[in-house]
Amino acid sequence: MEEFLRFIEKNPLMPLEDVAVMLDRTPEETAALYDEANAKGYIRGYEALVDYEEAGITRVEAFIELHVTPRKSCGFDEIGGSIAAFPEVDSVLLMSGGYDLLVHIKGRSFQEIALFVAKRLSPLDDVLSTSTSFLLRTYKRGGRLFGTEETDEREWTLL
Amino acid sequence: MSTEQNLMAGGMDYDALLSRGVREMRPSGIRRFFDLAAEMPHCISLGVGEPDFKTPWNIRDAAIRSLEMGRTRYTANAGLKELREEITVYLRRRMGLTYDPKEILVTVGGSEAIDAAIRALVSPGDEVIIPEPCFVCYEPITVLTGGVPVHIATKAEEGFRLTKEALAAAISPRTKLLVLPFPNNPTGAVMDADDLEEIASVLRGTNIMVLSDEIYAELTYGSARHVSIATLPGMRERTIVVNGFSKTYAMTGWRLGYAAGPGPVIKSMTKIHQSCIMSAPTTSQYAAISALKFADEEVAAMRDEYNRRRRYVVSKLRGMGLPCFEPLGAFYVFPYIGGFGMTSEEFCEALLKEEEVAIIPGDAFGKNGEGYARISYAYSVEHLRTAMERLQHFIERRR
Repeated sequence: MEEFLRFIEKNPLMPLEDVAVMLDRTPEETAALYDEANAKGYIRGYEALVDYEEAGITRVEAFIELHVTPRKSCGFDEIGGSIAAFPEVDSVLLMSGGYDLLVHIKGRSFQEIALFVAKRLSPLDDVLSTSTSFLLRTYKRGGRLFGTEETDEREWTLL
Repeated sequence: MSTEQNLMAGGMDYDALLSRGVREMRPSGIRRFFDLAAEMPHCISLGVGEPDFKTPWNIRDAAIRSLEMGRTRYTANAGLKELREEITVYLRRRMGLTYDPKEILVTVGGSEAIDAAIRALVSPGDEVIIPEPCFVCYEPITVLTGGVPVHIATKAEEGFRLTKEALAAAISPRTKLLVLPFPNNPTGAVMDADDLEEIASVLRGTNIMVLSDEIYAELTYGSARHVSIATLPGMRERTIVVNGFSKTYAMTGWRLGYAAGPGPVIKSMTKIHQSCIMSAPTTSQYAAISALKFADEEVAAMRDEYNRRRRYVVSKLRGMGLPCFEPLGAFYVFPYIGGFGMTSEEFCEALLKEEEVAIIPGDAFGKNGEGYARISYAYSVEHLRTAMERLQHFIERRR
């Protein structure tokens, strides 16, 4: 299953029969792996890596570092779950290091995100502090270079 | 340029000046084809013969550190002692070959090792047996030495392997050297221990050397690992093993290879090397030490990825109805494309013009490569998918 998941993560659009060939499995085995991965929630979804800057579309993203109070009974899970429930939030990650939760938000404007932090996040009882950093430029995401296209400089050879 | 044009260009007769050996070298018949592809900016190429991966970071880092330490001088002619020692450790560990560092020559790519080996052994009139299709440098180097290339056509129905019978039939009193290029470029064929034993049985008791070009030794995909003919009884003393860092460690631009063989031969190759080259690039040699010691995991990961792509390309080609020999080494597939009423070159040129996909006509690797084409899978999966879709369109139109 691990090999299958790692492969699918990098090649989500590949037809299953081709996945089977590349992983040296039968189409039936591969279909069963795919069904199991979906049924058990190993695959949570698929998304395109969109370069909005390249497309000329204004898009604002921010990363918000949160200090929060963990609960005795469930640690960070309750507050993490509460923040994840906001539709504006793209991802919520529990981190080691200088802060507790990293929240990733995508919005149409700086104001929209600032208001979300001020009106929705900061007032939460367990949130002690927030530190918002706005994304200025993406150089790489999901293993793909953004902006600069890497050219294949290899020469044709018979070697 | 014709002789007449040469004479007009400054009164020099270059044809008369150029050595006989160079004049006898076959010009590449597919230069025009390459030039055509170069004019197509959206052309999808499957033509390269080098890895698409970058050299693993720990190897690059070792090179940078050597520069920071100011290690920028010539090394010993035969190569850094530490590198030669590591090569012997590697050959023992991965190939079951035992050599002394004195039996190793570090060269500028595997190509220089091939050149030095042929030049060290072949005198004018000596015959060099070359199984074809194969890498294109053996013949011209042989011709330059005044040697006589003797080609053996390997066949798809025999897995593009060299057979005992074909070898025995090609041997003459003038035979000096057998080139054994497996895993093979362009076919992807490998020779297992039993196949090699057949070859060895013909060679034992002769005074013929083997130039075993094992540059793709780490890139094999069957259940069995690569076997070097030098591991067989009685063969170490009549074999020069050529290997290098280009394909295994994705280090083509570093230009580093080596030869391992009997002391007297390596000593003579070193004489040629010290006159022509002095020593292989120092920075690359320091990088190579790191490659041999610390890059096994990266090599395994690259091999796994090549293997996935290999299965994909073979499956797609067979799905299109192209007979395709199962390649178990290197990173090439060699499908049969002869059923369309075109020569290999015509097929590849039409594919290039109509679908902007570039593959290499099989006859570029020897006459009996006619009817086939070399497809490299040293490309990303997305690149290969696009190329296979275009190839399929091309073939569907012709059926």
